[in-house]
Amino acid sequence: MSQKYYLLRNREIPNIDQMAVYQSHGGYEALKKALNEYKPEELVDLVKKSGLRGRGGAGFPTGMKWGFLPNDGRKRYLVVNSDEAEPGTYKDREIIEQNPHQLIEGIIISSYATKAREAYIYCRGEFLFGAEQLQRAVAEAYAAGYLGENILGSGFSVDLKVYRGAGAYICGEESALLESLEGRRGNPRLKPPFPAVAGLYGGPTVVNNVETITNVPAIVTYGADWYTSMGTAKSPGLKIFSVSGRVVRPDNYEIPLATPLRTLIDDYAGGVLPGRRIKAVIPGGSSVPLLLPDKLDTPLDYESVLQAGSMLGSGGCIVLDDSVCIVGATARLVKFYREESCGKCTPCREGTYWMTDVLERIEHGLGTEEDLDTLMDIADNIGGKCFCPLGDASLGVLVSAMKFFRDEFEAHVREHACPMGAKLYDTVNH
Amino acid sequence: MKPEWKEWAREFKEQYPGANSALMPLLHRIQAHEGWLSDETIHDVATLFDLPESYVESVASFYSLFYRHKVGKNVVHVCVGLSCALAGSDHLMEKLEHHLGIKEGQTTADGEYTLLEAECLAACNAAPVAQVNLRYFERVDLERPEETLLGTSSEKEVTP
Ligand SMILES: NC(=O)C1=CN([C@@H]2O[C@H](COP(=O)(O)OP(=O)(O)OC[C@H]3O[C@@H](n4cnc5c(N)ncnc54)[C@H](O)[C@@H]3O)[C@@H](O)[C@H]2O)C=CC1
Ligand SMILES: Cc1cc2nc3c(=O)[nH]c(=O)nc-3n(C[C@H](O)[C@H](O)[C@H](O)COP(=O)(O)O)c2cc1C
Ligand code: SF4
Ligand code: FES
Repeated sequence: MSQKYYLLRNREIPNIDQMAVYQSHGGYEALKKALNEYKPEELVDLVKKSGLRGRGGAGFPTGMKWGFLPNDGRKRYLVVNSDEAEPGTYKDREIIEQNPHQLIEGIIISSYATKAREAYIYCRGEFLFGAEQLQRAVAEAYAAGYLGENILGSGFSVDLKVYRGAGAYICGEESALLESLEGRRGNPRLKPPFPAVAGLYGGPTVVNNVETITNVPAIVTYGADWYTSMGTAKSPGLKIFSVSGRVVRPDNYEIPLATPLRTLIDDYAGGVLPGRRIKAVIPGGSSVPLLLPDKLDTPLDYESVLQAGSMLGSGGCIVLDDSVCIVGATARLVKFYREESCGKCTPCREGTYWMTDVLERIEHGLGTEEDLDTLMDIADNIGGKCFCPLGDASLGVLVSAMKFFRDEFEAHVREHACPMGAKLYDTVNH
Repeated sequence: MKPEWKEWAREFKEQYPGANSALMPLLHRIQAHEGWLSDETIHDVATLFDLPESYVESVASFYSLFYRHKVGKNVVHVCVGLSCALAGSDHLMEKLEHHLGIKEGQTTADGEYTLLEAECLAACNAAPVAQVNLRYFERVDLERPEETLLGTSSEKEVTP
C-alpha cells in the first residue's frame, strides 16, 4: 500500500538518519518556523488545537500537559520517554534508530514551547544501537547550531543529553524513570504531584513519549487543521500501530486514528495465515484486555476501543489465531509482569508471582478447579490496590481471558493437560 | 580501582551535576570495559561517589543489564516475550542450551557465552529475536540458530 509518511519518513527516504539527508528533505525547517513565527505560548496553543494526545499509552492531551507547568520561575526540564518495553510495542525503536532527527527537532521545538532549558532522552538500556544513533544525531544537531546556546540566533538555548537505562520495564513509568535518571532504583513515586509540578530534581518537568514528540515538527509544518482532519474530534491525527503475532506482515503501520481494527489486521498486516482465523486480539500492548473477533470493526481511537472493552494503549497489537492456547499466552504475559514488578508493593510483587505459578501449573495440566478461583481471588487483591499501574496492567489479559475463554482453562484442569500441547509454537507445523 | 575510573567519574559528574545522575553512566562504562560489576567495583564506585556501598549495590542490583556475576565474553539474550514465543523462541532457547551445553542463566566453562532470557525487545515484527552483546539478530533461524548467533562453529567450539 503506497502512502505518505509523516512520522516514519525513513520508510520513504533512505538514510534520513543522516543530518544532510534530513535537511535536504525539509529537516529543521519546522524548528526555524517555530522560532521565527511563534512565541512559546502560541506553540502550546497550536499543540492544544491539534488535539495531539500522549502516545506513551495513557493518551493524555499533550498541549494541556504543557500548559500545567507552573509559572514560578523554577528551572524546567523536558524528558523524552524512550524506554519502550510494553510487549508488542516497537514503534519508538524504529523512530530513534531510523528517524532520530525528527525526534530531536521535535524535542527542540517542544523545549522552546515549554521553556525548558535542559532536555533528556531516557533510552531503554537494551537499545544500544538506538542510543548510538541518538548520540550521533544529537552531536550533528549541536554541530549545526540547533542545540546549545542561542539557537539560530533566536536567543533560545537548550541542551539535550541521551541517558541510558539498564534493563527495567518499570522505568517506562514516568516517575520511576525520573528516579532512575536521578541515579536511584526505578521505584515509582507517588502521583500527584505529577512531574509537571515536581519532576526531575524536583523541578517542573514534561515527560513525553518518543512518538508524541515526533509528531510536533509535522504539526508545526502542516498545521493543527491538517492534524484534526484525521481521526475523530477527541482522537485526532496519526498513530503508529505495531502489529505482531499470527499475521502475514507483522510491521509498524502509520495510519490515521479511527482506522478500523479489521483494516489494520487484514489490509495492512495481511491478515492471519491461510486456513487460520482470529481467536483474539490484544489491541494496545500487553496490559490491555483481549478483544474477540466480534469487535474487529472497532475504530482504533481512544474512545471506541475503550467502549469495545479494551484500551488503545501504546498501539501494540498482538494477534492470536485459533492455533494459540489462551492459557499459555496468558501465562506468558503474566510472567512478564512477575519479572518486571519492581517489588515496592506487596499485592503486585506477591500477586504476579502466585498468578504466574498457578497459570503455569494449569497450562501444564497440573491445575485444579480451585486454582481457577484462586486466580480470580489473587486478581481481586491486585486490582486497584497497587502503588502504580503495573499491578493492574498484569490483569488486563488474564481477567478478559478468564471471562471469554473460561472453558479453555477448565479443559486444561479436566483433561490434566493442555489440549494444544502446552507449546506456544508448534515446530511440526511451521 | 583502575586509574581512569576517577577521570570518568569526574567527567560524568560534570555532565550530570544533579543528584546521583552520573552513577548509571559510570557503571555502564566500567561494565563495558570489565564485562561485569564485581563487589570490588561496587566498593570502588561507592568511594568515587562518596556514597555507602549499600546504595550503589541497591542501584546496580535493580537493573537486569548490570551484571553482578561474572558473565561470558558474549552475552546472548533470547527474547521470551509473547510474540517471540509464538514464533518459536522457546525452541530457540532449547537449541542454544543444547548447543552450548548450559542452561539459561549459565555461562559456558570456557567463559565464552552466557545465555539469558530477555523480555520483549521491541522487535516483535522480526520474531524470534535475540541479542548478542545487545546487538539485534532478527528472524533467527530455528534450525541452526548457532550459525548466526554464535559465529562459526569451529571458532566457538564449546566444552560443556
Ligand atoms: N509505551 C509503553 O511501553 C508502555 C505504556 N504504558 C501505558 O502507560 C499508561 C499509564 O501511564 P501513566 O503515566 O501511569 O498514566 P497517567 O494517566 O497517570 O498519566 C499520563 C500522562 O499525563 C500526565 N498527567 C495526568 N494527569 C495530570 C495532571 N492532573 N497534571 C499534570 N499532568 C498530568 C502524567 O504526568 C503523564 O505524563 C497505560 O495507559 C499504558 O497504556 C504502560 C506500559 C508500557
Ligand atoms: C508500567 C508502565 C510502563 C510505562 N512504559 C512507558 C514507556 O515505555 N514509554 C512511554 O512513553 N510511556 C510509558 N508509560 C507511560 C508513562 O508513565 C507516561 O504516561 C508517558 O511517558 C507520558 O508521555 P505521553 O503523554 O507523551 O504519552 C508507562 C507507564 C507505566 C505505568
Ligand atoms: S505496582 Fe508493582 S511495579 Fe508498581 S510500585 Fe507496586 S510493585 Fe512496583
Ligand atoms: S516479543 Fe520478542 S521482541 Fe517483542
